[in-house]
Amino acid sequence: MPEAREFWRWKEYNWKTPDFDWKDATLITAGVDVGSVSSQAVIMCDGKLYAFSNMRTGSDSPNSALNAMKWALEGTGMTLTDIHCKVGTGYGRINVPFSDRAITEIACHARGANYMFGPTLRTIMDMGGQDCKAIRCDENGKVVSFLMNDKCAAGTGRGMEAFAELLGVSIEEVGELSLQVEEEPPPVSNTCVVFAKTEAAGLLRSGWSREKVLAAYCSAMAHRVASLLNRIGMKEDFAITGGIAKNVGVVSRLEKELGVKALKTNYDMQIAGALGASIFAKDLAEKAIRNK
Amino acid sequence: MMITAGIDVGNKNTRALILKDREVISRSLVLSDFDHKKAALYSYELALSKAHMNKEDVNFIMATGAGQEEVTFANGRITEVGSAARGAVFLFSSTRTVIDVGAEESRAIKIDEKGKVLDFAINEKCAAGTGSFVESMSRALEITLEEMGALSLKGEKSVPMNAQCAVFAESEVVSLIHARIPVENIAKSIHEAMASRISSMVRRIGIQKEVLLIGGTAYNKGFIAAMEEDLELKLIVPADYPEFISAFGAALVAADKAGGK
Repeated sequence: MPEAREFWRWKEYNWKTPDFDWKDATLITAGVDVGSVSSQAVIMCDGKLYAFSNMRTGSDSPNSALNAMKWALEGTGMTLTDIHCKVGTGYGRINVPFSDRAITEIACHARGANYMFGPTLRTIMDMGGQDCKAIRCDENGKVVSFLMNDKCAAGTGRGMEAFAELLGVSIEEVGELSLQVEEEPPPVSNTCVVFAKTEAAGLLRSGWSREKVLAAYCSAMAHRVASLLNRIGMKEDFAITGGIAKNVGVVSRLEKELGVKALKTNYDMQIAGALGASIFAKDLAEKAIRNK
Repeated sequence: MMITAGIDVGNKNTRALILKDREVISRSLVLSDFDHKKAALYSYELALSKAHMNKEDVNFIMATGAGQEEVTFANGRITEVGSAARGAVFLFSSTRTVIDVGAEESRAIKIDEKGKVLDFAINEKCAAGTGSFVESMSRALEITLEEMGALSLKGEKSVPMNAQCAVFAESEVVSLIHARIPVENIAKSIHEAMASRISSMVRRIGIQKEVLLIGGTAYNKGFIAAMEEDLELKLIVPADYPEFISAFGAALVAADKAGGK
């Protein structure tokens, strides 16, 4: 295999709104979500999304948080000191050196998803790199209940990366390709992420096409989170967040299994946690001003 | 003179072993990689050349292991459980329980004095109870497996590991490093966590002495110590080549099939 390309590696990026200038804002807040696989930083001006970044988490959480923040600030002329309040969230939230407060990712996700999808949202499925969370929330984005798969990483984004790498399919194309099968294969047995490569290799050896292998993995993943959603009790409206929300192969199979369509949004589905954190930062800053 | 071969195609490594009248004359180990067919053939040819033999000299070939179907040139096949039991009782006749911990699978096998399999349990779904668990932990600690085994023997106090999953345990180990827990103690805890998972699988089939540990993990001193402590008994551990017991068992069965007594 002489190919040097890394198929699992998704593109890191940042974004800035063309609609307004941060210098006109009175309150600037930020949220940083340091996940197990990816990290995002979001900057908001007076409660409106201004800029964000999405990067891979390195082995060093404090650095990952700082890098994500720096990249979101890039090209804006803004510096860290211009931001009135910063909130850290995600698995590495206690290691965000510049944050004023750490808030759990469950609360932040619900809050961020409420902003992205609107007040009718009641159930969120967050599908991340290493774990999956089903969250029920109210019209204000407050968490009502949640279920998390934190015992076993099988069927998560990390496994998808391993499959993409072995099959030589870029991670962004996995979803589309997985739909190019004539007949839906049975889901793969959902063994440990550590064995994902062995499992995919075994299926290829037994004569399965790449598309069929990907279809089987996508449907296994959908099946796994569907059971999580059934346990928490599905209530519409429903939305999916996290990196897997961008994988049409998993999303369409999950919608089919649940018999429910997921809400669409123009926001980036990976920033829900960081977005929620920056909304919490806004609450905190406003409270501090009121108490002065 | 009877020449037989056993080929054991594992998920990680492939082993070939040549017997001359039930005495080992050569062994080889290669990476299984993607193409198990190729790995099987390559390991076989390597073992033959080490033994200064040709394919025509071999009377019978038995294949075993996860990739046994890929050994197209074999004369017969035997399950990993069967070959491990056969090899175990031949080398250590007092063995009644075999614990085989490979890279991506672990097995507990209960056998009688003839090496007949009475019961067994297998874990091939979860890395937490296999060799890959300690491998990924040693990567997280940035030390070799050998170093980790040796260090763990110096560990004085273990820290409880919360994560069941190998993927989550890796993150947990990183946080333990950040919390400045001595690396010896982390290594000890890792081996204890793995041992407790494998012991509970062994307990399911019932433990009968003597207990033999085979597979690549039998090289790991820290794991052996943790297993002995958990099971509260002394394990038999092959002095050398613990990962070749299944290939050896397969070659023995090949000798039985070839008809020589």
